[in-house]
Amino acid sequence: MDVFIQQVINGLTLGAVYAMVALGYTMVYGIIQLINFAHGEVVMVGAMVAFSVIGALAPSGLPPLAIVLVAAGCAIPVCMLIGYAMERAAYRPLRGAPRLAPLITAIGVSIILQHLAMLIWSRNPLAFPQIIKVESYHFAGATITSVQIAILSISLAMMAGLAALVYRTRLGTAMRATAHNPQVAGLMGIDANRIIALTFVIGAALAAVAGVMVASYYGIAHYAMGSQLGLKAFCAAVLGGIGNIPGAMLGGVLLGVVEALGAGYIGDLTGNMFGSNYQDVFAFIVLIAVLVLRPSGLLGERVGDRA
Amino acid sequence: MIESLARLKRHAAAPWAGAAIVALALLALPFALAAVGTTWVRITNLAILFVFLSLGLNIVVGFAGLLDLGYVAFYAVGAYVYALLASPHFGIHWPFWAILPLGAAVAALFGVLIGAPTLKLRGDYLAIVTLGFGEIVRIFLNNLSQPVNITNGPQGIARIDPFRLGGIDFSKSDSFLGLTFSGPIKYYYLLLAVLLAVIFINVRLQNSRIGRAWEAIREDEIAARAMGIDTNRIIALTFVIGAALAAVAGVMVASYYGIAHYAMGSQLGLKAFCAAVLGGIGNIPGAMLGGVLLGVVEALGAGYIGDLTGNMFGSNYQDVFAFIVLIAVLVLRPSGLLGERVGDRA
Repeated sequence: MDVFIQQVINGLTLGAVYAMVALGYTMVYGIIQLINFAHGEVVMVGAMVAFSVIGALAPSGLPPLAIVLVAAGCAIPVCMLIGYAMERAAYRPLRGAPRLAPLITAIGVSIILQHLAMLIWSRNPLAFPQIIKVESYHFAGATITSVQIAILSISLAMMAGLAALVYRTRLGTAMRATAHNPQVAGLMGIDANRIIALTFVIGAALAAVAGVMVASYYGIAHYAMGSQLGLKAFCAAVLGGIGNIPGAMLGGVLLGVVEALGAGYIGDLTGNMFGSNYQDVFAFIVLIAVLVLRPSGLLGERVGDRA
Repeated sequence: MIESLARLKRHAAAPWAGAAIVALALLALPFALAAVGTTWVRITNLAILFVFLSLGLNIVVGFAGLLDLGYVAFYAVGAYVYALLASPHFGIHWPFWAILPLGAAVAALFGVLIGAPTLKLRGDYLAIVTLGFGEIVRIFLNNLSQPVNITNGPQGIARIDPFRLGGIDFSKSDSFLGLTFSGPIKYYYLLLAVLLAVIFINVRLQNSRIGRAWEAIREDEIAARAMGIDTNRIIALTFVIGAALAAVAGVMVASYYGIAHYAMGSQLGLKAFCAAVLGGIGNIPGAMLGGVLLGVVEALGAGYIGDLTGNMFGSNYQDVFAFIVLIAVLVLRPSGLLGERVGDRA
């Protein structure tokens, strides 16, 4: 039972990060039906920028919390800029092109970003500086750290903020209208191009925060960390129902818990034949199961014509 | 002069003469390249490999319109089948020609495994599920070193047997008729021979009953079914054919480079995909052109990128180079260099 509670806590933390990244995928997919493969790379850039800023400010004697906030404050605009630039340079010219072209372009953008990061931050894994002292709290036989509490509360706050933005503001209404039908939204005076660019920018901001969180959680940042994280976050988005914002949140959290429980129990279940190094497989098994059994996802209203 | 040329062109033997010239040029090519440097023969081999993979993808993605991003997992399966059965890892040394069909069959079995549950999925969803399958294969190859050491984990399997024909070892140099046949040159001929077979299969399939069924499914699946095409059977068959072709490429590569590695596919697969798209997917000459171009661009990029940027970037940025070219082509010509019209689903 202790293992169970512990793994649920770990899973919720991981799931909160997945949910933040999944939101970026689902918003972009909802609005232009593109799997933005480069989104995972934006997460990585967020982590890397924060790494550099923390490294530069650590000797300055500022309070640690302020340093982390400044780092996040630098990572967010950088990622927003990248999000805007890739939409403007790579995806907008391909709007209306055959479906395959933007998909492949997204893969290309992802690889370019990865290699640029390798150029700037080297190909070695970087130890993410742990400047804030990690406190551990015990309850019910499990341990929860201050980092985990911070991740859970920050992501909860950001998701609440996003929900308010999408469902309570004029901008959110315009986003939902564009996702529903870009042509008609255009007739209603909505500048679809601007809304699409803004969707990318908002997704990138969430990704930046997710990047800082995941790097401080694992204590490591690496130029290739984004691709698998991104893929799993996409699984989370599909699990919840792609294009559906509450779905991405639910899918992310569920996927995190499934993965953590799977990693915790796979050894016992298979008589130690498979160890926790198979953790990464669960996300994909869940994905395949969802798509085969319920292609529209858990909360998916709209069943895609091709699903 | 022009008149006599035109008369020559009308001659019945003209196509044969043309084919003979092309064949001679292809036969002589590695020696001309080797005179410049053996690296160029290696680059050519890499380009052939890209052509090979992109032709296989052309069937699955181009003809049938199934967005299969896990294609390269089958390539890894083929490479590992060869690696396990022809290396000191298990001490088994089966001959190449016995393993080639076996590797294709094992991959085809995996193809059925992927094809069966995903029959209902199309487009982006299929893309992401196949990508997931690819990841699963990669994770298993990376981790199946315990409790029984099957894949040797992240180190991969090395010292794989080279291809042998009669008593000729394809990894070593030989002299014959005063010409030096180095390892890469011999592999060039082997790869070329297999490539020609694959091109033949591609062309024949495109103009066959199955090829027409693929096109019908790609353009309009419901209409295809109404015309009596068993779409499920055809789609499953597509996965099997694609998997078998990829596995053949994997077997060849394992014997050529002598190593099989769990991550060998991930980048290469994307590149092959890009090659097919670059040339114009659904188009056999396009897939070939894309493969050759990508191989050459990458090699040139690796060779000259240092000079061009004042040694700021080294050859490890060759991938960036390739993908920048790709994006530029797609932005300017979304349907690829030789692309006709691509169906919405492809």
